[in-house]
Amino acid sequence: MCAKTFKGGIHPHDYKHFSNHKAIEIFPTPEKLYIPLVQHIGRPAVPIVKVGDEVKKGQKIAEAGGFVSIPMHSPVSGKVTKIGPYPHPTGTIQHAIEIENDGKYDWISELQDDENYYSLSSDKMKERIQEAGICGMGGAGFPTHVKLSPPENRPIDTVILNGVECEPYLTSDHRLMLEHPEEIIEGLRIIMKVLGAKRGYIGIELNKKDVIIIFKQMLRDHKNINVVSCQLRYPQGAEKQLIFAATKRKVPAGGLPMDVGVVVQNVGTAFAIYEALRYHKPLIERITTISGAIVNEPKNLKVPIGTPLSQLLEFCGGTSEDIAKIISGGPMMGFALPDLEAPATKTTSGFVFMGEKEVVDTTEATCLRCGRCVDACPMNLLPSFIADKVKNGQYEEAMKLGILDCIECGSCGYVCPSHIQLVQWIKIGKIEANKLKRQDK
Amino acid sequence: MNLVNVSSSPHLHEQVNVRRVMWTVVIALLPALIAAYLFFGWRSILITILGVVAAVGTEALVQFLTKRPITISDGSAVVTGMLLAFNLPPLTPWWIPVVGSIFAITIGKQIFGGLGYNPVNPALLGRAFLMASWPIQMTTGWATKLANAGVATVSGLKQTLITGGNAQLQNLITSATPLNLAQQIRGDIVAGTAGDSARTIFHQLSSLDYIKELFWGNIGGCIGEVSAAALILGAAILVYKHYIEWRIPIGYIGTVAFLSWMVGGIDGLFSGPILFHIFSGGLILGAFFMATDMVTSPVTKNGRLIFGIGCGLLTVVIRTWGGYPEGVSYSILIMNIATPLIDKLTPQKTFGYRKKSNK
Repeated sequence: MCAKTFKGGIHPHDYKHFSNHKAIEIFPTPEKLYIPLVQHIGRPAVPIVKVGDEVKKGQKIAEAGGFVSIPMHSPVSGKVTKIGPYPHPTGTIQHAIEIENDGKYDWISELQDDENYYSLSSDKMKERIQEAGICGMGGAGFPTHVKLSPPENRPIDTVILNGVECEPYLTSDHRLMLEHPEEIIEGLRIIMKVLGAKRGYIGIELNKKDVIIIFKQMLRDHKNINVVSCQLRYPQGAEKQLIFAATKRKVPAGGLPMDVGVVVQNVGTAFAIYEALRYHKPLIERITTISGAIVNEPKNLKVPIGTPLSQLLEFCGGTSEDIAKIISGGPMMGFALPDLEAPATKTTSGFVFMGEKEVVDTTEATCLRCGRCVDACPMNLLPSFIADKVKNGQYEEAMKLGILDCIECGSCGYVCPSHIQLVQWIKIGKIEANKLKRQDK
Repeated sequence: MNLVNVSSSPHLHEQVNVRRVMWTVVIALLPALIAAYLFFGWRSILITILGVVAAVGTEALVQFLTKRPITISDGSAVVTGMLLAFNLPPLTPWWIPVVGSIFAITIGKQIFGGLGYNPVNPALLGRAFLMASWPIQMTTGWATKLANAGVATVSGLKQTLITGGNAQLQNLITSATPLNLAQQIRGDIVAGTAGDSARTIFHQLSSLDYIKELFWGNIGGCIGEVSAAALILGAAILVYKHYIEWRIPIGYIGTVAFLSWMVGGIDGLFSGPILFHIFSGGLILGAFFMATDMVTSPVTKNGRLIFGIGCGLLTVVIRTWGGYPEGVSYSILIMNIATPLIDKLTPQKTFGYRKKSNK
C-alpha cells in the first residue's frame, strides 16, 4: 500500500532526532502546581475548592462550567494555596489553582481495575470520560465527551486516531504509541463503541516506521481497524487533511468531520480514555516533549498537569546557550512564550527552545506575488490576498476569500520569501471576521 | 533571564528570502550566458555587463534621488539587466543595452514603487521601447558561430536564399534567426512567390539535424535565447527550488506546440514543425524566465495556467500572422497587463468547498 497524503503542504526538516529515541521518563512531581481553569475549548472550569483546603491526588478541584467544558483534578495531594491569574501556555494570563505538594501522593480513593469496562453501555462510557476531564490532547483541546455526542442526524461510521505528529521536534505521541500500543488500540475500540462506528484507522507518518510495524502486527486480529501510513508532509496531522488521506472524504468548508461521518481523536486522548474507563483515572498527567538544539538533554516526560516549564527545563539539564525563543507546542503552530512560568496543560504536547541563530527574521518585505503561499496552502486558499485584505481592513472581502477556513497551519508563512507574517495577519482578520459573522446572525 | 522573542507562528522558516530568489535566478541564467559566449564570442558578455551595470546604477540613482532605501543588493535589478541584454542581438551597438536598462528600471519599475509593484516585466518593457525607437539596431547585428564573421541583413538573406544554391545553405541559416527565415518563406508561399528551393529550406529547417543545432544553440539569435539546452538547465534549478512552478511554462510551451503544429506549417493544417517552433526564437527563455516573473504573473493556480495558454496563443498568432517574426515578448507584455483581471476571475475553491445546498 502506498503512503497517503493530501494536496499542498510543505516539507520542513523534522528535528525529531533530538528526542525520538528517548524513552518516556517520569517527571518527579514538583513542589507547586498551577492548574489553569482553561485548558480546553469552551467555558472555563469552576473551582470547587477554597484557599487552605486539603486535596488528595485525583480529587476534583474544579467543575465543568457547562456541557462544552471539562472538570479539573489535582495531580498531587496537598494544599490549595492560591486561586488567581497566572501565565498560561497560550501566552495569555488565565485563572489557575495553585496547589502545594505534600509529597504523600495520597489518592482520593485507590485506583480500581475494572476489567469489564468494554461491556459498559455507551452512555456509561461517555459519562466516565466526561468525569475524567478529558479533552483533545493534540492541541486544540475540544472536550472529548462533546465530540463523542454527535447529533442524531450525523451518524459516525469511521473513527481516526491521529498519530501523525507532523509538527517538527515533537515526539510525545511517537513515544506513547511505541510504549503503549495496546492501550491506544483499546482506547480506539472504546471510542468506536461509543459512536457505533464500524471502521477505525490509526494515521501515522512514515518517519515513525517502528510504530507502524508494531501496530500492523497488533491489528492483525482487528479486521476493522487499519493503519494508514502517511507521507511525510506538513500538515498531514491537520484533521481535514488526515481524514482525506485515510478515507478520501472531504470535510465541507466551514463544516465538521462529523458531516462526513468521521470523528478524529489524538492517540494521547485514546490513551487517556482507556485509563479513565479501566481505572477510573482522571486526566492528571500527560506525555510532553522538551526539545530544541540548545536543550542539553531533550526528553519525553510524563508530567503532572500544572508543572511549571522552568522545572521541566531544569530536569532536562537546562540550555547550552541563552534562550532566544520559547515555544509552547510545535514550532509551526505553537505559541511563543515570554518566560518560563507557564505550566504544562492537558494539551501541551511539548515545549521547544531556540537559540539566537534559529530565530526567524520577522521583518516583512514587499509581497512579490510569487504564489508560493498558494501552492503551500493545504486548504487551497490565497493567503497573500487574504493578508492584504486584512491589512486594508476589508474583513468582508477576506471572508469571501475564505479566511475562516484557514487552519493556521503556517505553511504559507514558512515558504514566503518576503517573510510576510501571513498567519499573524490572518489570525487578526479572523477575530474581526468572526465579529462580523456574529452581527449577521 | 534575557528577554526572549515573541512572535506569531510559524517559528520555522524555509531558508529563503527575496535576495536568495533573485540571485538564484541570476545563477540560473549563467549557463545561457556561457552558451552565448561560446557561440557569439566575448561581445555578448560585454553587452550583458553593460545592461546589468546600467540597470543596477539606475536603480541606485532613482532610489537615492527619491530618498528611499537602496535595495540593489537584492539582485532584482541584476536580473532585469540580464534579461534585457539577453533579448538583444549580440552585435548591437553598446549604448542599446544601456538605454534599454535605464528605461526598464525607471519607467518599467521604479516609477510604480519598485520591486513588487511593477505591472509589467521591466526587461520586456525596455525591449519594447528599444524595438519601437531603434528598430534597425534591434533587428540586425546577428552573429554567426565565429564572432563578428558575418553580419547578414534579413532582406539580403532572403534574396540569397531564393536565388542561391544549397551549398551555401548551412552557412546562411546560421547567420540570422531561423524564425525570421521561416516566416519569410511562409509569407512567400502564401503570396505564391516562393520557389522550390524555399520549400526545401523550410523542410530542412524542420529536419531533426537542424533541430539538434537549435537545441544546443548553434544558430543565430539574441544573446540569451540561443541555446535551449543551457536555458533548460538553468530553469531546472528554479523548478527544483520551487521558485517557478510548472503551470506557466508548460501551459505556454504546450499551447505553442499545439497551435504551431496546427497552423505553423507550409503543407496545410496540422503540418507545422513542433520542435522547430519550440526551440527557435525566445520561447524557452520567455516561458521559463520571463513569463514566470513572480511580480507580473497571476497568483491563482488556474490563473497561471490561463496566463501561460494566453501567452502561447498570442505568440503563435504573432509568429504566424504578425508583422514581427517573434512574438514572445509582446505576448508576455500583453498577458502581464491582463494579470490582475485573471487573478480576479479565477478565485480558488477552498478544500472541501461545496455549493450551498438545503440542509
